[in-house]
Amino acid sequence: MTPALRPRSLFIALGLLLALALWGSLALGPVSLPLGETLQAALRLLGLPLGGSELNQAQLIVGQIRMPRTLLGLAVGAVLALCGVAMQGLFRNPLADPGLIGVSSGAALGAAIAIVGGAAFGGIPEAIAPYLLSLCAFVGGLAVTALVYRLGRRDGLTSVVTMLLAGIALNALAFACIGLFTYLADDATLRTLTFWNLGSLNGASYARLWPLLLVAFAVALWLPRRARALNALLLGESEARHLGFEVERLKRELVFCTALGVGAAVAAAGMIGFIGLVVPHLVRLLVGPDHRVLLPASMLAGASLLLLADLAARLVLAPAELPIGIVTALIGAPFFLYLLIRGR
Amino acid sequence: MLQAEALSIHRGGRTVLEGVDLALQPGRVLGVLGPNGAGKSTLLGALSGELAPAHGHVRLHGRPLEQWSGSERARCLAVLPQSSTLSFGFRVEEVVGMGRLPHATGLVCDREIVEAALRAADAAHLFGRSYLALSGGERQRVHLARVLAQLWPGAQGQTLLLDEPTSMLDPLHQHSILQATRAFAAQGAAVLVILHDLNLAARYCDRLLLLQDGRPQALGSPDEVLRPEPLKQVFGLDVLIQRHPEQGHPLIVVR
Repeated sequence: MTPALRPRSLFIALGLLLALALWGSLALGPVSLPLGETLQAALRLLGLPLGGSELNQAQLIVGQIRMPRTLLGLAVGAVLALCGVAMQGLFRNPLADPGLIGVSSGAALGAAIAIVGGAAFGGIPEAIAPYLLSLCAFVGGLAVTALVYRLGRRDGLTSVVTMLLAGIALNALAFACIGLFTYLADDATLRTLTFWNLGSLNGASYARLWPLLLVAFAVALWLPRRARALNALLLGESEARHLGFEVERLKRELVFCTALGVGAAVAAAGMIGFIGLVVPHLVRLLVGPDHRVLLPASMLAGASLLLLADLAARLVLAPAELPIGIVTALIGAPFFLYLLIRGR
Repeated sequence: MLQAEALSIHRGGRTVLEGVDLALQPGRVLGVLGPNGAGKSTLLGALSGELAPAHGHVRLHGRPLEQWSGSERARCLAVLPQSSTLSFGFRVEEVVGMGRLPHATGLVCDREIVEAALRAADAAHLFGRSYLALSGGERQRVHLARVLAQLWPGAQGQTLLLDEPTSMLDPLHQHSILQATRAFAAQGAAVLVILHDLNLAARYCDRLLLLQDGRPQALGSPDEVLRPEPLKQVFGLDVLIQRHPEQGHPLIVVR
């Protein structure tokens, strides 16, 4: 299982893949645009004085619809993959997933409370409904993760095994509560709830994008600074301590970072599975487990793959749209099984 | 230099280590012997700062261990735990290279040290292999190379703690690894090694500490410690002590 690629080749390949995904995400859809027009529109969005001054159709489509959606996909994919790496490092298990510490189910519960609770109180004003939903999801994810972390602590030490078990229990509890809300919901609310749980990049807007972009930026800047500590942690907690790292602080930081990142991603785009699990795994097969390469490479691969999955979600049943969570699970789950069988 | 004074450790309401006074000496190898559950690994945990003492102190170069910053400590104290669980496919030289994480000596220097440490642990031929493809004994040697690399070349003032470094090794490597440990100590480092094989301990250690139920029963040269009475008392084993025909160290034969 020696890695097949040198890091430099991998980064070149990932750069090309990301460029392809960006182009596809901006140019393709119900109205497909030629490459030149897409580029011109994107550059004019950045303020470059190209072509005429009047807004054309391409610019409207790229600027108002596809650019925010693409940015959302970039941030969500990058953050989910990065947090997947963080969790696999924390649990020292290549098959760990950000959902393990309860952040996804907590966010889903928060969203369910917002959707069903909002409907019960006679509907939230249209203008603030999406913000309230995102806020509740974010807070829900943070709250359940904080609880999982608390339960894992004893005598000033954090046991990742206890955290894992607490995460399983709290996930079950959260999903039971979501089930209860689903049971109580009326038909229209039920539809919103279901679609939210399947994840979508639809309806992205700049206003809702900023919080996620900020969090994504913070996570992408901070996690790579812990690459060496994560490498040492893979040897074992004692070993990492003997190598001079503050393991308790590192674990706390990893949990907090994941809660923040995945919480914000789920709040912005709903539940999107398998990116956090499969992307780091895939990158590790290609270049090995060194976090100094794994973290940035997973970030690029996660962003690219999520954009491509979103493209598939938009194009397969056009003009209708598949929820992206279905696409990532449809591709991710068989791939994961393949990895399991191969690894035996 | 690592020193323990009146060291006691409590775990789950029980005293698992009591009244240990110990000073590791530069250039010397101290062996720790005792039956299962005697507190050998607990002692190592306390000496490495992982377990907080209920009484007493551990000092490194005269300063209490808990006052050292992590990386500062890691540059002069390396610990090899009994077994390591690494389930990621690092290459052998990457695993050994992790021993250089506390240092900032640069890629070129680190690579030379990694190669030298691998040679010392008789694992140079494993360079480039995936850690996951190695046997248990090979992994153990790679981890030994890692802790050697952490202190390389083992100058005076460095301390190395090893928990059963030979437990998974074939007879030849049991000897070659302990020889490498001695050679490392000869550079000036102080070494503590937990062993189960009395004859290996007799051959490669300068001093021996005999532990029973968390209490030190004997501390001295192999000739002083490896006598029938203390061994009978601690291990419940009837032994004859002879001399190694060529090396002259005590040879323990079970009756």
